[in-house]
Amino acid sequence: MAEFKQADSMYEWFDQRLGIDKFVKVMMTEYWIPKNINFLWAMGVLLTVMFTLLIVSGIFLLMYYKPDVNMAFDSVNYTIMQEVGYGWLFRHIHAVGASVVFLVIYIHMFTGIYYGSYKKGREMIWISGMLLFVLFSAEGFSGYMLPWGQMSYWAAYVITEIFGGIPLIGGDLVVWIRGNFYVSDATLTRFFMLHVLLIPLAILGAIVFHFYALRFPHVNNEAGEFFDFDKEAEKYLAGDKKNSKVVPFWPVFLSKDFFVLGFFLLFFFYLVFFHYDFAMDPVNFDKADGLKTPAHIYPEWYFLWSYEVLRGFFFEIAGVSGKSLGLIAFALAQAVFFLMPWLDRSPMVKPANQRPYFKYWFWFLMVDLIVLTVYGKLPPTGANAWVGFASSITFLTLFISLPFVTKAEAKKVGGK
Amino acid sequence: MKEFKILAVIAALVGITYYGIEPYAHHVMHPEVKAADFAFKDLKNVDTSLAGNVVNGKVLVEANCLACHAIEAAGHPATIPNADAAAAYGVVPPDLSSAGRIYDKNYLANFIFDPVSAMHLSHKYPVGGAKAFPMPAYNWMSPQEIMDVVAYLQSVTPKVAEKDVHKATYDAACGRCHSMSYAKSEATTPKDAIKAYMGATPPDLSQYIKSRKEHYLHGFINDPQLLLAGTSMPRVGLSEKAQEEVIAYMEDIGDSKKAEREDVGLRVMLYTLIFAILAYLWKRKIWSEVH
Repeated sequence: MAEFKQADSMYEWFDQRLGIDKFVKVMMTEYWIPKNINFLWAMGVLLTVMFTLLIVSGIFLLMYYKPDVNMAFDSVNYTIMQEVGYGWLFRHIHAVGASVVFLVIYIHMFTGIYYGSYKKGREMIWISGMLLFVLFSAEGFSGYMLPWGQMSYWAAYVITEIFGGIPLIGGDLVVWIRGNFYVSDATLTRFFMLHVLLIPLAILGAIVFHFYALRFPHVNNEAGEFFDFDKEAEKYLAGDKKNSKVVPFWPVFLSKDFFVLGFFLLFFFYLVFFHYDFAMDPVNFDKADGLKTPAHIYPEWYFLWSYEVLRGFFFEIAGVSGKSLGLIAFALAQAVFFLMPWLDRSPMVKPANQRPYFKYWFWFLMVDLIVLTVYGKLPPTGANAWVGFASSITFLTLFISLPFVTKAEAKKVGGK
Repeated sequence: MKEFKILAVIAALVGITYYGIEPYAHHVMHPEVKAADFAFKDLKNVDTSLAGNVVNGKVLVEANCLACHAIEAAGHPATIPNADAAAAYGVVPPDLSSAGRIYDKNYLANFIFDPVSAMHLSHKYPVGGAKAFPMPAYNWMSPQEIMDVVAYLQSVTPKVAEKDVHKATYDAACGRCHSMSYAKSEATTPKDAIKAYMGATPPDLSQYIKSRKEHYLHGFINDPQLLLAGTSMPRVGLSEKAQEEVIAYMEDIGDSKKAEREDVGLRVMLYTLIFAILAYLWKRKIWSEVH
């Protein structure tokens, strides 16, 4: 036990017991971030803020929501949207926030890919980030079921049905997930539990891990430059702020993040109050009806690309059914981003536009993902089905070719 | 400058994706149909330029309509309860008090001449079919007589106060078949009767302003067959003004917080803008020390 002096102030009293001084230094004032960054480096803070907004609005919704097939729809659309003071505000923030958080996640993720921020020591940052992507996807999917509208019901039906394609255990697995032979009250209640407890807990843990994973390899910078953070930090602390390559997290880095956050929130609130249909599908304002299939069933926009990979394979190839092929491709699509650090065989950590081959790969991927997303929503008939097939094949081919493309690049640049 | 370029690239990627999954996909899944026609130009059986005679109209209405219809506003209340009326006719016959106010004149005249063709329901009630529409065609009346009836109906319709008009029009136009639970209003025709009469229970309209949206409702109410071929919902024949009142009522009930939302929205955005400007100034000050 350490010896305690009589504290002279309340601050000192707490500092003796909690090490506030040290904590603030480690977490804020002497947590070093590269100076050479652009606004894309603010996405992490944006996501933290968005997640906080989702938690807070979610807590308010939780006070009035009823996870019961007979009450869920009206508890959302009548009680929360029309009776509870500002209930509509929390619902709008929650629904639009859930959609926009994925937009920022995608920007964050493709920033990482563009600048090569997943390799040479940053593998765990990438892995933990991808884990968060999967957890957020599960959170989004489970939450979408709760208002118990037509799209809630039928999306749940279609997505849980996917697991039925798994060999041997598929049929049993679907029943186990649904808690019934069809999407029912048991399904709603268990997805409610997942949405408000288990997955948020896992997300909180994964966020802490993601932040922690940043500490040792440090944040990447716009040029992909590696330098000695300790030396640069010394320079900064000695007063040579202008020549140091680093800035402290607080206040320098965060001041820029708050500025980006301000304008981002302006955009976000515009969507929340005036332009929310993209996140609150009109079809979902019809109450769930298991006997009435909607003309078009589609998931939320952020799942469309992987949904299209799933249904892109619509015919049998070499005796394997389209359904099985789609399922295999879908499973690969979920896992393949995790492997980025190992699929990229080039040692270059540079923005993609400075990498001779990778730049083509990157923009090709962007285009293909947009095509997949758009065609994931359109009805899969006629030419659309073939576009879906071609873009799904392209997606898989891109990832299969990545090691070869980057290997060739490594050779060309001579290991630099 | 470079940051603006990056922003432009992201805006372009997001914009293209948004266009594809929202306006474009919507256009593919819901193709545009013919514009709403509030003159009901397809109905030409009655010459509506004839001036109607209210006195003669009164005689005709009392002789031909009152056996089934109430006209509360003219002192003719319903003679049997709704449940009995529904059992007798399939659906509760409308009280005609507001007919002169909510229906288009041309539609109303042609409806009296031949209800089934005016409602666009010949697929449900084909000539010589097993089922007949409860109201007979009055095609034996002369155009002048029909216009007399229309003139009379227009003369008895009471003026509705501005604040009640949305609900009054909705009740008269939709309330016999549709319930609206969020307004605590139930269809005046009993549930089982209306289900048997229409073939399915007409949907509860509480959230239709959100699930169908104003644009769709505008076309659908004017002529349901155009957007949902084969539906047993009739073309109701509302005038443009009456239809707007119905849609306004659906919004009053289904999106009751709209005004509050738009007001709060502007305030929140203004506040956020001030925050963003302050944050920018602070950022400039802080970064001037490190650049």
